[in-house]
Amino acid sequence: MRHHKLREAAAAYALILPALLLFGVFMLYPFVRNFDLALYRVSPYPGLPVHWAGLAQFTSVITSSAFVHSLISTLLYTLMVVPVGVGLGLLLAVAAHQKLRGIGVYRVIFSTTAVSSVAVSALIFGTFLNPVNGVLPSLGFSPNPPILQSPTYALPAMAIIGIWQFIGLSFILFSAALQSLPEEVLEASLVDGATPVRRFWGVTVPLLSPMIFYVVAIGTISALYTFGQMDLLIGPGASSYTHTETLSYFIYQAVTINPNQGVAACAAIALFVLTALITFAQFRFLEKRVHYGA
Amino acid sequence: MEHDLSPARWRSIEAPAVENKPMLVRAGLRRKAAKDRGTTSRRTLRRVGSYAVLTVGALIVLFPLYLTVVSSLLTQSEYVSRPPAFFPLHPQWSAYSNAFFQGHMWRYFVNSAEQTVLIVVGSTVTSILAAWAFAVYSFPFKRTLWAIVISTLLIPFEVTIVVNVQTVDSLGISNSIWALAIPFMMSAFGIFLLRQAFRGISKELREAATLDGDTSMGFLWRVALPLVRPQLAAYLVISALSAWNQYLWPLILTTDNAAHRTIQIGLKTLNAGTFSSYNIVLAGAVIAALPVLLLMVVFNKQLIRSLNAGAVK
Repeated sequence: MRHHKLREAAAAYALILPALLLFGVFMLYPFVRNFDLALYRVSPYPGLPVHWAGLAQFTSVITSSAFVHSLISTLLYTLMVVPVGVGLGLLLAVAAHQKLRGIGVYRVIFSTTAVSSVAVSALIFGTFLNPVNGVLPSLGFSPNPPILQSPTYALPAMAIIGIWQFIGLSFILFSAALQSLPEEVLEASLVDGATPVRRFWGVTVPLLSPMIFYVVAIGTISALYTFGQMDLLIGPGASSYTHTETLSYFIYQAVTINPNQGVAACAAIALFVLTALITFAQFRFLEKRVHYGA
Repeated sequence: MEHDLSPARWRSIEAPAVENKPMLVRAGLRRKAAKDRGTTSRRTLRRVGSYAVLTVGALIVLFPLYLTVVSSLLTQSEYVSRPPAFFPLHPQWSAYSNAFFQGHMWRYFVNSAEQTVLIVVGSTVTSILAAWAFAVYSFPFKRTLWAIVISTLLIPFEVTIVVNVQTVDSLGISNSIWALAIPFMMSAFGIFLLRQAFRGISKELREAATLDGDTSMGFLWRVALPLVRPQLAAYLVISALSAWNQYLWPLILTTDNAAHRTIQIGLKTLNAGTFSSYNIVLAGAVIAALPVLLLMVVFNKQLIRSLNAGAVK
């Protein structure tokens, strides 16, 4: 019996080992090592040894103007993308939630944005915004400096790309949630003669609140990590750079453009803490208002 | 008779009778009432409204993609003409061959395909094995190990790049396709999804198979995997899509390494290249998007299942 148990445990460890090894090397070790790297300051002159800086480096990074700018840009971007993306996805899902002919086609259409890569989406929108031969400027909207160089318009343009990408996922999740709702409740409210608007706020939204919470949470987290469209369309040379550089971009440039492990590690920790805090805050805030009865 | 039953009147007539009926019957009556109202024009109106909202939404979503395909096929003079042309009267396919060959999108396409296959196969195999162990074996520290696997869901990849760049360097693989694949050859989501599926297989079935002399691994291969095909398919689709669409990690590794550059980064270099014009860049975008769009259309059901699997707690 004991022998049998031992063999079972050995087999189980052997099965888990490949995945666990990869998690250890590429997720857990880097995560923990960040805290170590953050404590040492890299010498500005290559070849010289690093020296202990303690928490001083962390405070100097997160109070630096570059970091504060990227934090503000990231938060503004998130505030633009999440409410609009969640709202539009919900609106479309509610519209699609009936026995409509051809609904499958609409589902496929809305899925396209969820599967379009950030590089493809950014280039498509970037081409349309091109001040020389883009479609949007030709329709009469051509501010000076051009949209992608403009401190005012560049970040909203980035957000439009983000919203476009997010609508598909938001729609898919709300559609599935609507399908799982008890049909009787929705129909009862229909029979009671409530107007569509009242039914939406009075019945659908409360019933869907767990899913709304979930979509807001994943939308926020992915928005906090936005990187691709800023890298493709703006980059460090642009005059709109300080108004669009995100936290992920800050980390990226500390890894590649101006390599400094200590700084990169501090920013990565700050980004992780921010994500964790926002997730927690959202959870606490929504927990009280969410209708878990369904 | 039915059509003059306003909701108020219906309630006043039916309510007393419904009062004492069990819930199910009441729900049934309500459903019947709702169905009866199906003939009224209000329902038609609602349906038209739905179509209108959906169609406007679909047009907004599709317009950028449509314009991309069209613009990649326009002649130079059509593209710069005002108002812009919204249909290619003389489709120019040269942008595609330029993107493919002069723009090296062909090579990047092959690189991305290699990376995607390695990630999908690798992460599927490691996930199946780990999920099977967590689903059916009992062993010491099972809960701790499970907590470790699930906790990795909280660590975004962006946070790990600082150290991972050094790791692939010191492993000596930073100049190979393996650097693009190995860090993603495991998936907490895959393990989670497949463990749930495996747990749905009855214990009796497994015990019967053991009595027949089938080993645990034989059972996994011959019986369990075919039974969890829907979940497996859902994982394969989402894993392939996210591998193909990766941006940050390939950017770090292959910006200066054209030999292993993936298609998304190839698109960036195509856009930055001095020789490229708008139509070559847009043709490149179509080339990069086509595989995932095809995958999405063919496996829409599986994709939607996998996107929703994350929402089920």
